[in-house]
Amino acid sequence: MSGGVKAHSRWLPWHALAVFAFLYLPIVTLIVYSFNGEGVGGFPPRHLTLQWYRILFADDAIWAAVFNSLQVALAAMVISLALGIPAALALDRANFPGKGLFRRLVLLPLILPGIITGLSLLMLFREANLKLSLATIILGHGTALISVATTEIFAGLQKLDRAQEEASLDLGATYWQTFWNITIPNLKLPIIGAALLIFTLSMDEIAVSFFLIGRDNTLPLEIWGRLRRGITPEINAISTIIFVFSLIAIVVWYRLRMRAQGKAEIAAELLETN
Amino acid sequence: MFSRAYRAAITVPPLLWVAVFLLVPYALLLCYSFWSVSSFQTIVHSWNWENYRELFRVDAYWQTLLRSMWIAARVMFFSLLLGYPLAYYLSFYAGRRKELLYQMVIIPLWVSYLVRAYAWKTILGSDGVLNTLLQYVHLTQHPLDFLLYSPFAVVLTLTHIYTPFAFLPIYASLEHIPRNLVEASQDLGASPLQTFWRVVFPLSIPGVVAGATFAFVLSLGDFLAPLLLGGPSGIMISNIVVSLFGAAYNWPLGAAISFCMLLLVLALLFLSENLEKKWSFR
Repeated sequence: MSGGVKAHSRWLPWHALAVFAFLYLPIVTLIVYSFNGEGVGGFPPRHLTLQWYRILFADDAIWAAVFNSLQVALAAMVISLALGIPAALALDRANFPGKGLFRRLVLLPLILPGIITGLSLLMLFREANLKLSLATIILGHGTALISVATTEIFAGLQKLDRAQEEASLDLGATYWQTFWNITIPNLKLPIIGAALLIFTLSMDEIAVSFFLIGRDNTLPLEIWGRLRRGITPEINAISTIIFVFSLIAIVVWYRLRMRAQGKAEIAAELLETN
Repeated sequence: MFSRAYRAAITVPPLLWVAVFLLVPYALLLCYSFWSVSSFQTIVHSWNWENYRELFRVDAYWQTLLRSMWIAARVMFFSLLLGYPLAYYLSFYAGRRKELLYQMVIIPLWVSYLVRAYAWKTILGSDGVLNTLLQYVHLTQHPLDFLLYSPFAVVLTLTHIYTPFAFLPIYASLEHIPRNLVEASQDLGASPLQTFWRVVFPLSIPGVVAGATFAFVLSLGDFLAPLLLGGPSGIMISNIVVSLFGAAYNWPLGAAISFCMLLLVLALLFLSENLEKKWSFR
């Protein structure tokens, strides 16, 4: 290796450090000012307090919105998995007319600005005379997030060994039995990964919900309503709490994956030595 | 090995659902764009080109579209500028810390988009964190007022949000580059800079194209960051659509603008797919 590689790597770590600082500056600010007695803004932060958390815990509207969002996220997760799993299987193993169009259409909400999907669904519900409510948001999230379920599970299917399913069918199991006893357990990790991702994306979704909202707010829309009225440190507090929960979810997911990977590596070693 | 019944069972439900909840709504968007609003504020189902004519007649519409594209282009540029060297560093130089650093790029994505935009507002405001810090260390006497409610604030916030999106595909494409190609280039006497420009960079172009598309398309359609941080000079095309669907009550005109956006996005996706294919190594 010549000296040039060093020259390369001399400024690269500093660039990386600067990008990380840029990515984390708002998050750190958010958390620090959730404990600031003077409210949001003003440097340096002073009079550390838990006052904003106390106000937050007494705020019924926010907790109602949190509860609504949890309901929406769970229901959307069920819908998008129930359709995303067969969609991924269909893309992997079936040939049908319009397959290319179907694949593009399913993935479109992932890349299309949320406003277009939200408006289009709003027109559908209007034409169908459906009243806007949490149910319409669930339909919206469920539909938009099939894209996530499909990509995650399709990637899992690509790595899957079909021999097990073939053996199961050869030994006389029905398709239904094979699906539940072989295919789904083999896809456990991608399904859990997709479920976690769909859940968090739904909890955070605002562009589609913005147009499909009825009387009950989801958490992002409740926060949005408050932001229009002005800055309040309660928003820092609730965001900090949600961030902590997200971090826990990431660690749990990471552990699950590592454990599965570890098992696979052990299995590979055993096979080699035999 | 899969029977016809099995294939029907996995194909029909998602096909039906996607037809009803995606294909029909996008088609309705097209239909609405040819309808109009009566003076009694009801939608009239008579077909005409009036909305599209209006789009070209009124300067504000296409000027705002151009401004949105200019904002999106800047976001794309800065996201790549931040994301590419970061991905290159992680993939080639980070060593054992690679996995940890990768997770650290992902973690900000778990903080709500809205909350991060709000956090920038609390940083950039006239009595916000940055301005009070600058006065605290006596760099400025008065708050800088160009920080918030400007296109600058929108570009900064969207760059912050879409840098990880640009980073991910670039990192994936860099990780796929066989390392023996890099070694071969060095063994044959190429300098590290030559190796980068002649070997590494061309092989990472599909990732760059994907990341650039993500950043451009997603920021083009954004309406929350401009509403929160943009002020009057930072208005984007989606803000006009939102107002047409709200107070201004002209759904058909809003649908026409949205449909133009949809076409623009589809054209960009088509372009980037072909660019990726052209540059992916065979």
